[in-house]
Amino acid sequence: MQYLLLIYANESAEAQVPQEQRQAMFGEWMSYTNDMKAAGAYVAGDALQPVSTATSVRLRDGERMITDGPFAETKEQLGGYYLVEAADLDGALEWAAKCPGARTGTVEVRPVMVFG
Amino acid sequence: MIPVGVAVERVFRRESGAVLAGLIRILGEFDLAEDVLHDALASALERWPSDGIPDNPGAWITTTARRKAIDRLRRAATRGAKQASVAALIELEADERRDAMSRDQPDIADDRLRLIFTCCHPALNREAQVALTLHTLGGLSTGEIAAAFFVPVPTMAQRLVRAKAKIRAAGIPYVVPSASALPERVDSVLAVVYLVFNEGYYCATGPDGVRRDLCDEALRLARLLAQLLPERAEVLGLLALLTLHHSRRAARDHVLDEQDRSLWNHAEITEGIELTKRALSIGPAGSYQLQAAIAALHAEAPSFEGTDWRQIVALYTELARRYPSPIIELNRAVAVSRTHGPEAGLALLDQLGGSGSLDDYQPFHAARADLLRRAGQVEAAIAAYERAIAGAPNQVARDYLSKRLGELSEGLGGPLGGPSGGR
Repeated sequence: MQYLLLIYANESAEAQVPQEQRQAMFGEWMSYTNDMKAAGAYVAGDALQPVSTATSVRLRDGERMITDGPFAETKEQLGGYYLVEAADLDGALEWAAKCPGARTGTVEVRPVMVFG
Repeated sequence: MIPVGVAVERVFRRESGAVLAGLIRILGEFDLAEDVLHDALASALERWPSDGIPDNPGAWITTTARRKAIDRLRRAATRGAKQASVAALIELEADERRDAMSRDQPDIADDRLRLIFTCCHPALNREAQVALTLHTLGGLSTGEIAAAFFVPVPTMAQRLVRAKAKIRAAGIPYVVPSASALPERVDSVLAVVYLVFNEGYYCATGPDGVRRDLCDEALRLARLLAQLLPERAEVLGLLALLTLHHSRRAARDHVLDEQDRSLWNHAEITEGIELTKRALSIGPAGSYQLQAAIAALHAEAPSFEGTDWRQIVALYTELARRYPSPIIELNRAVAVSRTHGPEAGLALLDQLGGSGSLDDYQPFHAARADLLRRAGQVEAAIAAYERAIAGAPNQVARDYLSKRLGELSEGLGGPLGGPSGGR
């Protein structure tokens, strides 16, 4: 099964992190991604630009409504994702628990819907 | 005489948890497993009254349900079924051949263990865990569980449907967790069993059969867990704790200090104490073992006054240190009032009450009322009793508190202006 790991974190807290610690964190994310690839679990993954860059689009009565900002204002913001292949939820939860983002933020695990 | 139908259903229910667990393993889903189990019950109701209840009803139900599953899957296969059902069909038929060759029951215990871990998976909320566990392992109907938790039947049905849908869609596995995940997952299972027991134990008001059944069901699940995971100290600890609480059941129309101890079940006390010792000998004492040790001290005491309160204080101190909680602190304060007098207990309660977190917790007011009464602070005691009575969870508690309040009020008008602080 495929699961999407949605990584939520407090952006303003992350912005406070000093430069050298940021380097170490980058290394952790790299090795996490590499572990996932080595295990054959990695399907896709990306980090996102901060929510200040987000734009939301709605189509109402055929009219495009474009607004500055994310879909919802929340305390923790969606900052990245991984799409993983796992045998079952426990396998996906293992990956979520190993994610560096889980230590300070929240990783939401969602099964990917399969049609047919 | 018990009507035949009722007897059949009773046997059926006793066996159904294990059978269902096996069916879910093979079929990989709850709904089909429940459907074929239901088919098998219909057959049992038809056949057993005339043929008699089989020697091994579990095996009979398994075989019958498996055949019903094969029938259903074959019908589905001719309509062009999914691959998963075909795989299940192959496994069912293989299982049947294996059974025909050897009469041993394949891994029934393991099936149930897997099932309880699935039902209590932390990805499900606690209410769903409880409902699913009672429904699948306990064989309780949706209506029975709804009645026990004072929830409308459609709400409970919805809860079960959602939980099963999540298991399917999220891919919650049907396995005994790996060694590294086991401690965390066992905690979740034990919490469910404990909650089921407490629901039955503390809220049983009068002759409310369904809720008392919850105690029996929890005890049965705890026994099953102890049988399946005999080396885990906290599992034995929970079984010990429940057994010891259960031993006082016949006396429970009174509060502990007024119970007729001859009504206690001494076989259960012996078993509970034995289990407590075994649990404590296995490893570091967790919350259930410590609580069981406290329950064991109460159970061993010849009288309320003759209880080893010093030891009980020591155990509550340890519990509070390891599992900080205002409720444990409250119990500790009450125990301290038995070793160092009501004033010492009151001092602890004042500290606790300061934060306001126990304002709505009825046992806090009941304990405070008792300590104030014993300390001779009559007016404050009366106010505390009134507050405790207003929030009393059941008639037993209400009657007891009202009686004490009545005694106090009488004492106020009497010549000495109040009772002595009885120890």
